[in-house]
Amino acid sequence: MTRTLTHLERLEAESIHIMREVVAEAEKPVMLYSVGKDSAVMLHLARKAFYPAPPPFPLLHVDTTWKFKAMYELRDRMARESGMELLVYQNPEAKERGINPFDHGPLHTDMWKTEGLKQALNLHGFDVAFGGARRDEEKSRAKERIFSFRTASHGWDPKNQRPELWNLYNARKARGESIRVFPISNWTELDIWQYIQLERVPIVPLYFSAPRPTVERDGLLLMVDDERFPLLPGEVPVERSIRFRTLGCYPLTGAVESEAATLPEVIQEMLLTTTSERQGRAIDKDAGGAGMEKKKQEGYF
Amino acid sequence: MTDIAEPIYQTDALIAEDIDAYLEQHQHKSMLRFITCGSVDDGKSTLIGRLLYDSKMIFEDQLAALEADSKRVGTQGQEIDFALLVDGLAAEREQGITIDVAYRFFTTEKRKFIVADTPGHEQYTRNMVTGASTADLAVILIDARKGVLTQTRRHSYLAKLVGIRHIVLAVNKMDLVGYDQAVFDGIVKDYAEFAREIGIEAFVPMPISGFRGDNITALSPNTPWYKGPTLIDHLESVEVDNSADQARPFRLPVQWVNRPNLDFRGFAGLIASGTVKPGDAIRVLPSGKTSTVARIVTLDGDLDEAVAGQSITLTLADEIDCSRGDVIAIASNPPQVANQFEATIVWMSDEAMKPGRAYWLKTATQTVSATVQAPKYEVNINTLEHLAAKTLELNAIGVAEVATDKPIVFEAYADNRTLGGFILIDKISNSTVAAGMLHFSLRRAQNVHWQAVDIGREAHAAQKGQQPAVLWFTGLSGSGKSTIANIVEKKLYAQGRHTFLLDGDNVRHGLNKDLGFTEADRIENIRRVGEVAKLMTDAGLIVITAFISPFRAERDMVRAMLPAGEFVEIFIDTPLAEAEKRDVKGLYRKARAGELKNFTGIDSPYEAPEKPEIRIDTTRMSPEEAADLIVERILGVWSPDL
Repeated sequence: MTRTLTHLERLEAESIHIMREVVAEAEKPVMLYSVGKDSAVMLHLARKAFYPAPPPFPLLHVDTTWKFKAMYELRDRMARESGMELLVYQNPEAKERGINPFDHGPLHTDMWKTEGLKQALNLHGFDVAFGGARRDEEKSRAKERIFSFRTASHGWDPKNQRPELWNLYNARKARGESIRVFPISNWTELDIWQYIQLERVPIVPLYFSAPRPTVERDGLLLMVDDERFPLLPGEVPVERSIRFRTLGCYPLTGAVESEAATLPEVIQEMLLTTTSERQGRAIDKDAGGAGMEKKKQEGYF
Repeated sequence: MTDIAEPIYQTDALIAEDIDAYLEQHQHKSMLRFITCGSVDDGKSTLIGRLLYDSKMIFEDQLAALEADSKRVGTQGQEIDFALLVDGLAAEREQGITIDVAYRFFTTEKRKFIVADTPGHEQYTRNMVTGASTADLAVILIDARKGVLTQTRRHSYLAKLVGIRHIVLAVNKMDLVGYDQAVFDGIVKDYAEFAREIGIEAFVPMPISGFRGDNITALSPNTPWYKGPTLIDHLESVEVDNSADQARPFRLPVQWVNRPNLDFRGFAGLIASGTVKPGDAIRVLPSGKTSTVARIVTLDGDLDEAVAGQSITLTLADEIDCSRGDVIAIASNPPQVANQFEATIVWMSDEAMKPGRAYWLKTATQTVSATVQAPKYEVNINTLEHLAAKTLELNAIGVAEVATDKPIVFEAYADNRTLGGFILIDKISNSTVAAGMLHFSLRRAQNVHWQAVDIGREAHAAQKGQQPAVLWFTGLSGSGKSTIANIVEKKLYAQGRHTFLLDGDNVRHGLNKDLGFTEADRIENIRRVGEVAKLMTDAGLIVITAFISPFRAERDMVRAMLPAGEFVEIFIDTPLAEAEKRDVKGLYRKARAGELKNFTGIDSPYEAPEKPEIRIDTTRMSPEEAADLIVERILGVWSPDL
C-alpha cells in the first residue's frame, strides 16, 4: 500500500533534509531572516526540522532601518515564539553616513544589504548562512546550487559551482570561505502561498489588502510608512486599498491596488495576475537584464 | 507570434469562480522531476519555454521582455524565441548556449514539475549527470531532420547510467519534416535497436514540435496517425520513483541526533526507502544493534506511519548507540556493510583522478576516506566501447575498485540511489571531483578479517618503554632530510630508544622497486611507506622517514592512518635555489638538462606543509643543531620521565 506524497510534502521533506545536513556539518550556521513570506516559510520549516529542540542556530536580520514597521513587529514576535536568538545588524558606516533610499539610489542596497551582510557574517564568523531565495524568482537564481559556495570575499562564481548530485551536499570548505544554503530553492511562489495556508504560517499583514496612505512615483505605488518619507512639492499621500507581493525597504517596494484581504483571495489574485512578483522591486532593474547576477557576484544574497 | 497556440491550461475559470475548490485540488498534486536532454540545436530550451508558456508560468512583464529580446538577439526572426526564457546567465545569452544545469518549474492540474535543463555539449557530461541524478524521467530530444545522432546515444546512456526508469523519446521539429509518419517511424526503429543494446527496456516515443506546440498539451491535428499520449498527459501520469521506493525495505540514514534534553533522543533523517511504524523491529547499521521504533515525532503530533521521501524524527525503545552516518533499517532485512567495492565513476574535475590518492567519499550521511584504484576500463560514451585507462579525466566515465578506510553501510545503486550513490571530494581543495555508483562489494572485504592478536600495540610500546611515533621528514631533494634524519636516529639510539629509519634508498631497492617516478607511482610509494611505518609503530618503534613526499594529500593520508599525535611532520625548509646550489647528487643538473623527468621543484610541484609540527630552516642552523632541536621537541613533548 503506497502513499504518493504531495508536492508540498516532498518540498517540505527536501528543505528539512537540507537544514539538518547543514546543522550536522557546519561549524556555525545562521539563518538570514528578512521577515518576508519566504523567510516565514523557511523559519517554519526550521522549527519542524529540529522539533522538539528549537532550531540550533540564530536568526540574523540584516537591517536597513527602512523596513516597514509591521515587519519589525513580526520579526520580534517570531524570534520570541521560536525560542531562537535574534541578531540584528545595521552597517555602522551606512548609519553614520545616513544612507537612505531617497537620496542614494543603488548605494542604499549596496551599503545596507550587500555590505551589511558581509560585515555581519564576518563579525560573527558564520560559516553557513541559510537564505530564502527561490529558483523561480529570477533567471540567474535558476542556476544556483542549493549549497552555494562563496569565496573568502563572499563572491559567487557561476562558472565554477560544485556539481550537486542526488541529495548529497558537499559542505566542506577552507577556513574563511562560506556557504550560502537555499533550503527553499525548489519552491515556487504558489507553493509558498499554499504552504502558508495549509500550515497557518504567520506572515506580515502587509501581504493582505487594507486602506493605506500611498503616493505614486516613477510608476511604483509607494506606501508612506512613517514620517521619514520625503514628499515632493505638491505630493499628498492618498489612501488606497493596497497590498504587497514582496516586502523590502518600504521606499523601494511597490504596492499593488487590491481588495484581496484573505489568503485564498491573495492566492487567487496571484494566479490571475499577469506580472511576475519581482516586478515591484526596483533592484532587478539596475544594470539591465543581468542586474541580479551582477549583484550576486558582488556578494548580495 | 500569431502562430502561438493559445495556452491549453486555462484554470482561470476555477480560480476566479471557486478559489477554495482550486486550492483543495492543488494541495493534492504530486511532483515529478525530469530532465530534458538534447543538443544545442535540438530545440530543448524552446520545448521548456513552451511548457512554461502553455502552463501559464510566464507573466506579462516577462513576456514583454521576451518579445523584445526575441527581436534583438533571437534566432526565430520576428517570432518569439522561447529559448531566451530559459538561457539564464548573461554569458549564455551572449554565446547562445546553455552552460550549466538550470531548474525550471511549472504546474498543471495534477502535478508540479521540476525540470532540470542540462546542456548537450560533450564537455558538460558532468552537468547532465548532475541534472539526471534527481530525475524520475528523461525527455530525450531528437531533431526529426537529423535522426539518432551520437549525442542521442550519449544522453540515453547517461540517463540509463544514472538509473532513470522512464524515457520519453521526443522527436522534435516534426513541422520541419512535414509531419511525416515515415520519418518518425524510422527514427523510433533506429532508437529501439540502440536502446536494447544499452539495456533501456521501454521508452515512450512521441512526435512533437516545441516551437509550434504539436502534441505538447493537446493531440495535434497535424499528426492524425499518432495515437499515443501528449507530452503533458504522459508527464502527468507516469509513476514517480518515490512511490516505487516505498515498496523496498525500510532504510533511514541518520542525519542528526536530536537531544534537546536528557529525556529525549530522536534520530532525524530522510527515509531512503520503505515505510516505518511505531513498534517495527529495527537494526542499526553498522553496529547491528536491534531495537524497536517507539515514536515518529513531529511538531504537529506523532505519526502512525512514515514513508520513503519524508524527513522524520524517530525515537527507539532502547538506549542504543546510534549517531550520524548510521543507518536504521528493518531488522529482518538490513543492508550490507563493506569497505571494498566495484563502482562506476564519473569524473567531474579538471584535475584527473589520482589512483591511490585518498579522497573523502560521501554517501547518504556517511563521510569516509577512500581510495580509487586505476580504472578497470573507461567507457567511450559515444561508442560504448570499453577502453583501457590509467586514470579518468574530466567527464570520463569508468569502472574501478574503491576502498574505504572503514566499512560503510551500502546498497547497490540499482536498488537504492541514496545508499548506492556517492561523491568524491578532494581533501585539499574541497571541491566535488566525482560522482559514483556502487555496484557490489568485493569478496575480499567480506572474507579478510583483522587477525585478532593477543599482544597489542600498547603492549609492544610498554615493553620498549616509549611512545611510538612516525617522524616524517619532508622537503626538496638535497634539502638535508636524510642527513638530519640520520643524526636524529643516532641521538635517539644513544638515549636507548628503539628506532628505525626508512629512507628512499632502502625502500626503493626492495619493497617499492616496481615503482617509478610518475605521479601515480609516487603516491603509491608513499602509501606503502605509510603502511610499513604504521606496522612499525604497532610494534612500538619510533619510525623516522626521509622522503621528498611532495604532495600534501599523501602526507595527510599517512597522518590519517595513525592515531592522533603519532604523526610528526618535520618540514626541512631549504629554498629551491639553495638545494639546487648544493646539488649533492647532481640531480638538479640532470633535471635542468632534461635528463630526469618529473623532478620535484623543476617540472613537478612541491606542496609545502601548511602546519608542520616542526619546521627546520636549514639556512639558519646546522644539521647537528637541527637534530638537537628535533630530539628535544620529541622527547620533551612525550616522555620527560623516560
